[in-house]
Amino acid sequence: MIPRAKNYYQLLSKITSMKIYFNLLLVAVSSTMLYASCKKDSHDPPSGELVPVTVEFDNIVGGQNLFLDAVNYTNAAGEQFNISLLQYYISNIRLGKTDGTVYTVPQDSSYFLIKENDPATRLAKIKVPAGDYNQLSFVVGVDSLRSTMDISKRTGVLDPSAGHDNGMYWGWNSGYIFFRMEGISPSAPLDPSGQRKFRYHIGGFGGYSAPTINNIKTVTLDLNASGIVQARSGRTANIHLMVDVLKVFNGPATLSIAANPTVMFSDYSVNIANNYAHIFYHDHTEN
Amino acid sequence: MNKRFLLFSAGFLLLISCGKEIMERFTGFQKPVNFPEPVYRFADNTITKEGFELGRKLFYDPRLSRNNTVSCGSCHIQSSSFTHHGHDVSHGIDDRLGSRNSPPIMNLAWMTSFFWDGGVFDLDLQPVSPITNHVEMDETIENVLNKLRQHPQYPGLFKKAFGSEEISTARMMKALSQFMLLCISSQSKYDSVTTNLGAVFTPEEQQGYALFREKCSGCHKEPLFTDHSFRNNGIAIGLNNDEGRYMVTLNEADKYKFKVPSLRNLEFTAPYMHDGRFITLDAVLDHYRNNVQHTPNLDPLLTDGILLTDEEKQQLIAFLKTLSDRNFLNNPLLAEQ
Ligand code: HEC
Ligand code: HEC
Repeated sequence: MIPRAKNYYQLLSKITSMKIYFNLLLVAVSSTMLYASCKKDSHDPPSGELVPVTVEFDNIVGGQNLFLDAVNYTNAAGEQFNISLLQYYISNIRLGKTDGTVYTVPQDSSYFLIKENDPATRLAKIKVPAGDYNQLSFVVGVDSLRSTMDISKRTGVLDPSAGHDNGMYWGWNSGYIFFRMEGISPSAPLDPSGQRKFRYHIGGFGGYSAPTINNIKTVTLDLNASGIVQARSGRTANIHLMVDVLKVFNGPATLSIAANPTVMFSDYSVNIANNYAHIFYHDHTEN
Repeated sequence: MNKRFLLFSAGFLLLISCGKEIMERFTGFQKPVNFPEPVYRFADNTITKEGFELGRKLFYDPRLSRNNTVSCGSCHIQSSSFTHHGHDVSHGIDDRLGSRNSPPIMNLAWMTSFFWDGGVFDLDLQPVSPITNHVEMDETIENVLNKLRQHPQYPGLFKKAFGSEEISTARMMKALSQFMLLCISSQSKYDSVTTNLGAVFTPEEQQGYALFREKCSGCHKEPLFTDHSFRNNGIAIGLNNDEGRYMVTLNEADKYKFKVPSLRNLEFTAPYMHDGRFITLDAVLDHYRNNVQHTPNLDPLLTDGILLTDEEKQQLIAFLKTLSDRNFLNNPLLAEQ
């Protein structure tokens, strides 16, 4: 049984996955015809060659660098806190060309788990057709289609096997945790382990058989102002994003640690997801 | 071959050949004739003898827990229709207590969701929860996989089941599913009577059956004895304020609703309800007769409780006992080897 498309996003990703197959076909066909084709024509569909591009997720707190555990920050509610854990999923990356066409990275190569404590994960490595790109979009979280796929299609960062200490999967309520941030704050109440800890584990893909919260966020960034991407063979352009996690507290909603020290699968989580939809901005591009 | 014979195969054929020797022929998944089509996606997990046997070994293997003491079979005991008989809430590692009663591993191929609140929608994803739950097995799947990789037999068994020695999350889950999917209970007296295999109800059972169809089958639908929906059957809100289905949907209209459980093999699965609060069937029926609470979202079918005389109560219990399937409880192929 194929899970039915539950919402617009699923439908969209179905259509794009069809496009992916079409693109792959084109890749196959065009690489056999490479000798004959003229690569200069920018109106051509993506030609055979894909070139590497990276998207860097540089986590910061307001105007400061993020240092796990070591540094105290202050949020808009006036509460002090540090951050001990920060991880989130980025998926379904698309790049928009200056000519208006959009390239969607094949879905199977488009899931990344960014972990602040593991610097290698902060670079999402993708491949795109050579060209000039001025728009980037991605999903914060895991799309609903993948969230309901057969377990054999959930490998790598999507393997639900991680444990409960830093896992990104809810076993009791099948689904990924999209965004996870924890830390210590004098404003948080004492927990049974004797710590004043806040814990934000945000997920919710919309529900399988009954609709529920959907915290999947699509972020679209215009790259014109801070530098378009010139993807060329022989080099790797890097799209350097800043991820200001202070805005998780100070966004459309003001999040208070004292009022909400623990937010997991609950209605309130929607406010945090609305906030984290706005934490990404484009700093510069290294071409 | 007589189609009805399939009813008795439940995945296996016992072929009696010359003399005493019993040969076992694996026939995969067989739908009992009186059951609807299963909902499990068999296309993504073809059941094989090797996969089933690997799943059975995993199910009974305490290596799946942190300190190698608790297996799936510890809380899902075959002789109790794969429940944790005698425990109101399940009893896991280091004697920590869970908050819910362990349901039977039975006829899962027809189940549209798992757990009392339906939080898991795919059987292949279900074992993640007990293995990593710190009151159950308190282990990480990565550690389990490593233990299996270092074991003298498992790599070979995975190769037999899946074609290579690779031990992955998906393969472990699929093997466990293969075992659990063949835990089919379809050989009760009720099945024999309703498929005209020869058995007949006693007059008391027959009256109980009529009462059942009138008063219970709105939720406990034949032949699986559940309609797989979530409902509030009016038991008082538990001491731990378990909100049931609401925890999964966050929808107020789902508060205090729980999955309608199957009633097959009830005789062996006490205590009853999501938190095991009732020890006897008598107490369950007294609840439906006298004690339905008007908590939020009480099912409309139970607004006035269920009228039953003492005699009718006994007739109902007599009928419910025809749902016992001793072949299932004693099937050697489902037992720890
Ligand atoms: C400590 C006891 C315990 C252990 C060990 C355990 N379970 Fe369970 N199992 C339970 C409880 C309790 C539930 C019901 C939980 C709920 O509804 O929230 C359950 C539910 C299930 C269900 C869902 C059944 C249904 O009708 O919804 C399946 C399937 C299952 N367990 C399989 C397994 C497997 C496979 C393992 C081993 C990997 C395992 N269990 C280990 C106690 C246990
Ligand atoms: C409105 C739907 C509904 C009706 C009608 C109904 N039940 Fe139930 N029944 C449920 C639900 C829901 C549960 C699980 C409740 C819980 O655990 O919180 C349940 C639980 C049970 C259990 C416990 C099973 C177990 O494994 O723990 C028994 C036994 C039972 N019902 C028997 C009956 C009988 C007999 C009748 C008819 C007299 C009946 N029920 C009518 C919905 C219903």
